[in-house]
Amino acid sequence: MWDTIFPYLLSGISVGGQYALIAIGYTMVYGILRLINFAHGDVFMVSAIIMVYIMASGLPMWICIPLVLLITVAIGFLIERAAYKPLRSAPRMSVMISAIGVSYTLQNLVLYITGGLNKQYPTIPWISDTMQIGAAKTKIVTVVTPFLVILLVVALVLLINRTKIGMAMRAVSKDFETSQLMGIKINNVISATFIIGSFLAGVGSILFFTNYPTVIQTSGAMPGLKAFVAAVFGGIGSIPGAVIGAFIIGIMENIIKGLDVILFKLGVIQAPLGLATFSDAFTFALLIVILVVKPSGLFGEKVTDKV
Amino acid sequence: MNQKKSKKPMIISLCLIAAVYIGVFIAEQFIPQQSMLFIVLKKGAVYALVAVSMNLLNGFTGIFSLGQAGFMLVGAYVYGIFTIPVAERMNVYQYFDGGLVQFTVPVIIAMIFSGLAAALFAFLIGLPVLRLKSDYLAIATLGFAEIIRAIFQWNGLGRITNSSNMLNMFPTFNDFNILGPDGKVTVYLSTLIPFIMAGVCILLIVLLINSTYGRALKAIRDDEVAAEAMGINLAHHKRLAFCVSSFFAGVGGAMLAMYQTTVQAKSFTSAMTYEILLIVVIGGIGSVTGSVLSSFLFVACSEWWLRFLDEKQIIGNFEVPLLRIGFRMVVFSVIIMIVVLFFRKGIMGDKELPDLLSRSRKAKGRAGK
Amino acid sequence: MKKLIALVLAMMLLVPALAMAEDVVKIGVFEPASGSNGAGGKQETLGVQYANYMNPTVVINGTEYKVELVIADNGSDDAKAPSAAQNIISAGASIALGSYGSSVSKAGSKTFKDADVPVIGLTCTNPQVTAGNSHYFRVCFLDPFQGTVLANYAFKELGVKTAYCLGELGNDYDQGLINYFKEAFEALGGTVIAEPFPADTQDFTSYLNNSAAYGAEVFFCPVSVKYATAIIQQASSQGLEIPVLGGDTLDNNMVAEAAKGTNVKVIITTFYQEGANKEFDDGFKAWLNANPEMLTNNGGNDMIAAVSVMGYDGYMMALAALQSAGTTDSAAVMAALPTTEIDGISGHIKFDETGDAIRTAAFVKKINNESGEWEFVAEQTVE
Repeated sequence: MWDTIFPYLLSGISVGGQYALIAIGYTMVYGILRLINFAHGDVFMVSAIIMVYIMASGLPMWICIPLVLLITVAIGFLIERAAYKPLRSAPRMSVMISAIGVSYTLQNLVLYITGGLNKQYPTIPWISDTMQIGAAKTKIVTVVTPFLVILLVVALVLLINRTKIGMAMRAVSKDFETSQLMGIKINNVISATFIIGSFLAGVGSILFFTNYPTVIQTSGAMPGLKAFVAAVFGGIGSIPGAVIGAFIIGIMENIIKGLDVILFKLGVIQAPLGLATFSDAFTFALLIVILVVKPSGLFGEKVTDKV
Repeated sequence: MNQKKSKKPMIISLCLIAAVYIGVFIAEQFIPQQSMLFIVLKKGAVYALVAVSMNLLNGFTGIFSLGQAGFMLVGAYVYGIFTIPVAERMNVYQYFDGGLVQFTVPVIIAMIFSGLAAALFAFLIGLPVLRLKSDYLAIATLGFAEIIRAIFQWNGLGRITNSSNMLNMFPTFNDFNILGPDGKVTVYLSTLIPFIMAGVCILLIVLLINSTYGRALKAIRDDEVAAEAMGINLAHHKRLAFCVSSFFAGVGGAMLAMYQTTVQAKSFTSAMTYEILLIVVIGGIGSVTGSVLSSFLFVACSEWWLRFLDEKQIIGNFEVPLLRIGFRMVVFSVIIMIVVLFFRKGIMGDKELPDLLSRSRKAKGRAGK
Repeated sequence: MKKLIALVLAMMLLVPALAMAEDVVKIGVFEPASGSNGAGGKQETLGVQYANYMNPTVVINGTEYKVELVIADNGSDDAKAPSAAQNIISAGASIALGSYGSSVSKAGSKTFKDADVPVIGLTCTNPQVTAGNSHYFRVCFLDPFQGTVLANYAFKELGVKTAYCLGELGNDYDQGLINYFKEAFEALGGTVIAEPFPADTQDFTSYLNNSAAYGAEVFFCPVSVKYATAIIQQASSQGLEIPVLGGDTLDNNMVAEAAKGTNVKVIITTFYQEGANKEFDDGFKAWLNANPEMLTNNGGNDMIAAVSVMGYDGYMMALAALQSAGTTDSAAVMAALPTTEIDGISGHIKFDETGDAIRTAAFVKKINNESGEWEFVAEQTVE
């Protein structure tokens, strides 16, 4: 039995770790701006496309990766300045619509640049190699991902708890107006949030597309949406919550894909039911259950709306 | 709005609308059917209805729902399931022995079924979802739309929904044309009919908006807590708006099926919802006239006027740079971003056609927030 | 505001004025240039463009007409298909070619039908495309045939008893071919497990695990190029030992590229084998290499995709139909098509009463994992 389930767990942990890196970006932005940054998944995709083109230019690997991360961060920063900052005083719905607009624009831009063809993500040495774990064979990146995620999260938590900018972030997410009155430069804090979020999305994109190396303009949409669900699931605004939520969603999704096999092996069913159809929908079902049962998510703080 | 209103702008607006209908009818008889104009008018009419139904929720009630594509899907499927001719069913449900449903109902009844089915789904979804606040509600409805899509694609329901395979062969807009005895079309109605369908539905929505219920909905939008204090039953009104909006989204879905001539669950993605949301925003959140106008503009730009941007253009000996597949959508999305960022009120703000025509500008009905 | 409305209305009335020059005949190319079938659609369009380059004019009833292509992108999306079709119709095309992907072909079908414009399907292999209508024709073979060929090959040549099938949800091509494969394979005495995956899936690792868990001996995935490359790469990293079997969509240089340097065995059935017609091959390659843009559309190298050949044959078929109709009127062309015959690159083409080309042979090819090129295996016929 363990041999049957293990490969699904492995796939789930790997993809969960990649969702986690995207989810952190969502949760931080939401924590501060109360904005679902719909364009975040597309930043993740754009980062992959940039990698494709930069690697094609023949630069050595040790320049390419930092360069791609730098450009990704710059894009995240620019999006905030161009599309969200002018709407700071507008109703929340306008900002969300602007985010949808940015997402639409990024996808169409990539469609134009690639001519609608899917691109092959370049092979990154070492992490692309195959290794054997128990009965399963997989890429090294699968195993590296969870460790790297934990490392990055620890660093991020330290940053938030120990540094000045981290303190400012916490203050802003607690109370936007008051912290402004206290002399915190809101715009800098927000920019920092977007920079961190985009950086993590860039790292996530390297890991994700090394595993699943086909990039197309819609590649970011589903992972982005799932990462957002993970953020809500874990309690929006909470970084450990987002990470745990992402792992749960990644694992559940892969178990659902293999549920037919597992049930078949257990002798519960005689023929496949086609449950893999629900692998994406299940994520959303989970979201709705959590929203109804515990709207603040697993680790979120309860907030009451004041009049 | 109980300012003293002169009747004149109202009458002029009605005349304008009537003129549009007559214009459509005349155009249809004399302009060759091959023209892109008719595709734009048909699709525009469908989108107008869906956009107005979304506006009812997002603009007039303040419920930020992103489930429109899901309700349209329900409507489109119900329409298809009940109208595919029995003789064609073996062909359409080729892997499911002709399917379970072995009768058809008239088109109008099927459309009402579509709306009712979508409203039923909305009622059920609304039970848990409507308790949520703004963006949580948005993401939950988006999630429900995805779940609906997966359910309709599931093999287990194949005898009803044809699994993930296409439904086709049902009556489309072109089947409304009146044929002469020789099989040739004598009177073209294929564009007028969607206009009438959408028009009737939009009229019903406008009547609702201007009723006591509509004023209660606006009160909820402007301030939920205050509305509740004034004795408005929040849950009841929100549910009503949600179900009514979904009813018309379902009818819109049925019309979309007629326009597309085929239905397949995979095309009702969240991208479709976003597109409709952008139409609402461009038209002006809270303006029915705006949603209608922007639907036609949006469809005309994306399907027709900007198409030349996708092809190489050579003026004299000069080849215009940048033009290739996809450029149209880039230009289009940039235009949308400009509207979203700099013309936040959209085309109409929250004004309607009669407001534009009345000479004396009244004080704004609603203070900006 | 009023001026704006007036302007818009004026534009609406002006644009439809269709100016048709005397000596131009238009052929519509109804193909995806974006979306999940973008890569294949572009290669199919290349075949048509090359045919147009080779045969830029046609003599109809004694007058020489210049042939103009009207290319419309249907975006591999059923929802965009009607307007793309209308775009071709409104440009005044006498006949249309396409589309890659059976779903979109079906989605655009009614629009062409209502406008009396005939369409020649190039590689849409689902039987429903031409069944029950008189305006859709096709030059390729059908899925019941292809499914049977594949099932026979798998059962008899590869000697496998259990097959795992994976197809995209809502893709008529995938689901249809899997269905016919299943029927044929089970009739031979094999076992078939079929699973679907939702559109836009990127992670296929769990499906590959499933195939192993079911004890499948062959992995049948007749999916779009986008998914096929992903499946092959992930199969390689998971050390999939069973062969990957596919239909004509996998006959693509990107798929070959993905399998290059891996241990994944890929076997497919298709319409044409490079080398069967040297004159065509050389000419097409020279043309590709002379046009950088075309070379990019072909996936970056000059390997000939079978769909390009079908594009070429479809164009020649359209010209022949125009000639035998003796006019550019689309209804007359439609009437002339059932009796039109040509000797195409892919063989002699003649329609049966449904409008399908009568074909009795398919080519089986496999990828050479070292060179990343397609190799001829067998020509398979079904009696």
